[in-house]
Amino acid sequence: MNNNIDLTKELSRITQTDDIFQQPDIAHIFIHHHKVIQSHLLPGLKVEVKEYDDHIEINTTVEKDSKIDKPVHMCFGMLPEQGIQRIIIHNDIRENASVSFLAHCAFPNAVDIQHIMEGTIQVGKNARYRYLERHVHGLYGGVKVYPHAQIQLAEGAHFYSEFELIKGRAGLIDIQYEANCEAESVLEMIARISGKGNDQIMIKEIGHLKGERARGFLSTKVAATDHTKAEVYNKLTASAAYARGHVACTEIIKDNGIVSAIPIVEVDHPKAHITHEAALGSVDSKQLQTLMARGLTENEATDLIIQGLLS
Amino acid sequence: MKNILEVRDLSLSINGKNILKNINMEVWEGYVHAIVGPNGAGKSTLASAIMGLEGYQHHTGNIYFKGKEISKLGIDERARMGITFGWQEPARYEGLLIKDFLKASARNKSNDFIFKQLERVGLDPDDYANRAVDKTLSGGERKKVELASILAMDPDLVLLDEPDSGIDVETLDKIFEIIKEQKKNKRTIVLITHSLAVLTQSDHAFVFCNGEILMKAETKKVIPYFKNKCLPCKHKNIPDEKGVRVE
Repeated sequence: MNNNIDLTKELSRITQTDDIFQQPDIAHIFIHHHKVIQSHLLPGLKVEVKEYDDHIEINTTVEKDSKIDKPVHMCFGMLPEQGIQRIIIHNDIRENASVSFLAHCAFPNAVDIQHIMEGTIQVGKNARYRYLERHVHGLYGGVKVYPHAQIQLAEGAHFYSEFELIKGRAGLIDIQYEANCEAESVLEMIARISGKGNDQIMIKEIGHLKGERARGFLSTKVAATDHTKAEVYNKLTASAAYARGHVACTEIIKDNGIVSAIPIVEVDHPKAHITHEAALGSVDSKQLQTLMARGLTENEATDLIIQGLLS
Repeated sequence: MKNILEVRDLSLSINGKNILKNINMEVWEGYVHAIVGPNGAGKSTLASAIMGLEGYQHHTGNIYFKGKEISKLGIDERARMGITFGWQEPARYEGLLIKDFLKASARNKSNDFIFKQLERVGLDPDDYANRAVDKTLSGGERKKVELASILAMDPDLVLLDEPDSGIDVETLDKIFEIIKEQKKNKRTIVLITHSLAVLTQSDHAFVFCNGEILMKAETKKVIPYFKNKCLPCKHKNIPDEKGVRVE
């Protein structure tokens, strides 16, 4: 498989995005390794790409007041078993603009793959930005994923991110996001990951609510089975009046999984308020026994409970 | 009458306390039975032992289902043979959709079949199929979902623990309607209860007190005894010295 059409076809098959090519009102950009193999843009959405041997740089701008109605599909993939994909991405969502990205990250044959994403995201005044990252991995856990981003939210900006492993083994996932939030802005970060085998999951999400009435919500759900190790470090700080935030972490373990959660909340303004909750433990016995009393094996019941939790 | 379930010389101690004392009982196929008695009599413990729930497997004596000894089988193995258990307070699941919860146990996994089971218990599939089995459901709604999942599984024997607990009159009527329907379909139901209203739904009943069966008889004979002796009893789980053993 050595041409862009075949690569695009294969990636779209794996990520179930075949239908987007028929729809001219859906923007997309497909990247294999360090090359753009297919793209379609819309007015208001500008994407500049620089391809190098060892990385690719993507500068995305959504112009002021531009509203991109349908999600922009971005596919970052590598079909070989080995290799390194390094992406440096700068997203600039300008004042009053609105955009939603659906990022499909596909490494279906990974035996030794690294996917490194170093990003900066600026969300302008009253702009809206959604970034949904869906991962499809192989069965062997041979992928290391490093999504790291620095995020700036201007006054009244909305930021929503979701990270989800929808298929395959996690391998090593090391998420590091940090956001600064100005007045009236809203930050929401959600991560849902299930680990098997000897997977390692590390999540470090930090939000600084610096402006008045800024709001933040960090939510992490992890299931750690077999010998998976998961560490979740979620931190929200509030330093302005009426800043509000909540940190939630749920982790389920099974077999020899090990999980830890460190929710940190820091408030240094008397009119700010942040709460947190964390629940760590094995699958609830009554939930399990109910499903087993309907005929499911213990493993089937556990999988269903985890699937629900991570949905 | 054919026995679908037989319990022989079953005793069970928990934390050094004798909860069940040499229980012997037969459950007839295609009938509605009740195990009735005050709180703490051991009714739910017996049902839990029959289902093989965690913490109730270390009993002595035997349990036979369709003629096969099942004491050493796991919960899921017993379920696949045709027994299930409906909890007094059903579990709730974060994120698990009602339709997926029902499909997990259903013999027929089609949406049409699943939606029909929801309709049978009075839940509109349009409103409920894609809701989660979580704490946003009221007690009555959760009980109906539990019942729908049991209907979807279509087992031969259902153990229903305190089916009237925490629900409104309308939901209780729906449960009674389903019990009648199941009986017509030759399914066997065991109701675990301390309620006269639930007891009256059965054909045959076992009166439990202090881990023993005091009486087993047709429900019409049990009702006056339960009404006159058990309900007003001032010494719950301390049976009269003579005992009342009516077979």
